[in-house]
Amino acid sequence: MPEGDAGCCPSARKNNFQMKMKKEFSEFNIVISGVGGQGLITLLKVLAEAALETGYEVRSSELHGLSQRGGSVEVHLRFGKKIYSPLVKARGADLIISLEAQEALLMAGYAARKTTFLVNNFFQLIPGKPLLNVEAISGILQKISSNVFFVSASEICREKLGNEVVAGIYLLGGAVSRGLLPLGFEAIISSLKKTVAPEYLELNLKAFNLAK
Amino acid sequence: MEELLFNKPGKKIILLGNEALVRGALEAGVQFVTTYPGTPASEIGNIFAQIAKRNNIYFEFSTNERVALETAIGASFSGKKCLVAMKNFGLNVCAEPLLPFLYTGSKGPTVIAVGDDPSCWSSAQSEENSRGYAYLAHLPILEPSDPVECKEFTKAAFAISEKFKIPVMIRFTTRVAHQKMPVVLGEIKPGAAGEGNFSRDPQAFVTMPPRVLEMKRELLEKIEKLRVFAEKSSLNKISGLASRQKNKKGIITSGVSHLYVQEALRELGVTLPVLKIGLFYPLAKKKIGNFIKGLKEVLVVEELEPYLEEEITRIAKEANPKLKIHGKDLLPEIGEIRPEQVIFALAKLANKKYSLPKKIEISEAVKRYPDFCPGCYYRLVFQAVKKAAPEDTIFGGDIGCYMIYSLPPYSLSDYLSAMGSSIGIGHGIKKSGKQKLISFIGDSTFFHSGIPALINTVFNKSNPLIIILDNQTTAMTGHQTNPGLGITGMAEQTTPVSLEEIVKACGVKNIKVIDPINLAEMEAAIKEFLEKEEVSVIIARRRCWLLSQRQKK
Repeated sequence: MPEGDAGCCPSARKNNFQMKMKKEFSEFNIVISGVGGQGLITLLKVLAEAALETGYEVRSSELHGLSQRGGSVEVHLRFGKKIYSPLVKARGADLIISLEAQEALLMAGYAARKTTFLVNNFFQLIPGKPLLNVEAISGILQKISSNVFFVSASEICREKLGNEVVAGIYLLGGAVSRGLLPLGFEAIISSLKKTVAPEYLELNLKAFNLAK
Repeated sequence: MEELLFNKPGKKIILLGNEALVRGALEAGVQFVTTYPGTPASEIGNIFAQIAKRNNIYFEFSTNERVALETAIGASFSGKKCLVAMKNFGLNVCAEPLLPFLYTGSKGPTVIAVGDDPSCWSSAQSEENSRGYAYLAHLPILEPSDPVECKEFTKAAFAISEKFKIPVMIRFTTRVAHQKMPVVLGEIKPGAAGEGNFSRDPQAFVTMPPRVLEMKRELLEKIEKLRVFAEKSSLNKISGLASRQKNKKGIITSGVSHLYVQEALRELGVTLPVLKIGLFYPLAKKKIGNFIKGLKEVLVVEELEPYLEEEITRIAKEANPKLKIHGKDLLPEIGEIRPEQVIFALAKLANKKYSLPKKIEISEAVKRYPDFCPGCYYRLVFQAVKKAAPEDTIFGGDIGCYMIYSLPPYSLSDYLSAMGSSIGIGHGIKKSGKQKLISFIGDSTFFHSGIPALINTVFNKSNPLIIILDNQTTAMTGHQTNPGLGITGMAEQTTPVSLEEIVKACGVKNIKVIDPINLAEMEAAIKEFLEKEEVSVIIARRRCWLLSQRQKK
């Protein structure tokens, strides 16, 4: 992703977005949040296959049914040398990806100082509630974590690819290239080829590569 | 989906718990599958709907869980290897034929897969712990903790059912059903095609007194034989036994909690003996007795009601009366258990320092309720009702997408209980007073359990207005077919069952079928029917918007 897009809010830009993963890690914990229907389960699938292919143990947890219909949804993915629980523990997330900006706030319980927030600068109104802005959300998240990044993934995907449904895949590309996610490009590309329906593969690969 | 069918033993693929359960059934050679959809069990039926034909398996979406079970009982009596899948509340619907099925036993091996939903992620009604049926029905229950076990335990359940001629339940939870991990595939046994054979055997299949009491004795004997099996079964596993002498402390757990226990032991850097109960009923009491002998303290880690803890308390009275038993003193009885709560409980047991992370309160954080799809016509019905019904009208809710009427910003429902209850409870309210009442029920839910209640309103003379929201699918659980659609779960043509013909045949005189896009017509009908002396039914018919969108693609 172009450097300028990384922090649409000034405070986030100050952070060092080029974080490098520690080479050695025993486990990596991801929580993805968003609004039901945003493709969280697909994103989870792509990550899980990539982690398996890289040689890690992997477990994930997702929710189906009524909880999905436009409601707040969170899914968990953990990978590493030895993984038992499918759920990330409180304050245990290494990376939190939010496909809708306000949904990031609900994930605060999984975050600690070391946690990276990668937030799609995309807003969907919550009926009956005032719409928060990036500055407000960023301000709150930065009290919890030192690494808060807003990326206009939906907007970029809509402008450059004509389809914002791949915003999550675009974020993945950004996460890998910035070292926020200890998985390689090849592993994710191979996973996309395996998990995405043939008619959507090109779009997904484009979105992923666009963020490099 | 295709991968699920690979007959490539040894291949490792990532599977959802429910997918792994299906794979286990395929590896066990299942022949006959019935279900009524319900989260977190829905994928089991959805997958069979797609693969049954290719695999010579009979599959159906039954009208409700009770009929699904009864259908499987008939197939089992005819020698078929059967799987019945449902969510927890479905087992309540099944309860009546379930108990005698334990008395007759199964002829063809039969597994009942039941999904509980701690924290009620996708469940109105109650936070049911279906383990209770073990005691009510003498129903053997296996509890897998992850997809690998979903597959293995399903095979084990079929084997137990075959050996002991008894139906066996797999009880899983949302975090097991919707957990994913790599699973190593085994050999698929093709479902043997061909006719089953029901051979007459009233001694075996007729539960009439005085024979029924003999059958009960036979059942109890079976359970004791099965308990002997349980004592040696690898479904109940002990690990970390070497640390027993040193610490004199241990852990007993089951289901997904076992994963949190393993995680917590690693987190705290302690080794403790762990007894994982995979076969919850009949319980391996001797094995538990031997495990707790010589221990000073034991921690029971289980979700919801403390069935295991209470059993262990009873066993300890003989085996180790001084044993200190922890469980619900350290862990919640309401809601699913979270990993950090188990770390906390284990830290207490192991005298390690650990404090639960403080809750971060962010006043701006708002949890989004599920809402109707953008083009959902239920929105229109809501509009019409709000306009046409007097302020003090009582609104009855039921189980389906229209439960969203109960949530803000709609907040319409005045009561909501079980499948079909909008009508039965509505009748009781009408019989108790003069208030106007409208109840909502979906097409699939009406077929499932609305009909007897509708007959009752006619028979016993009350006058609610019932709006059947006919979106021509079972939408909430993933667009399964239902009796109104003229197509079976195996995609075969069948006679569509007409809602209006049923309603008429029940004796309802005031009935209208209205497309909800005709708002004025809907409003007028609501106004008219609310004044009637007898029960009225409006069938609001338009195909589910989401399904129509998908079918356009």
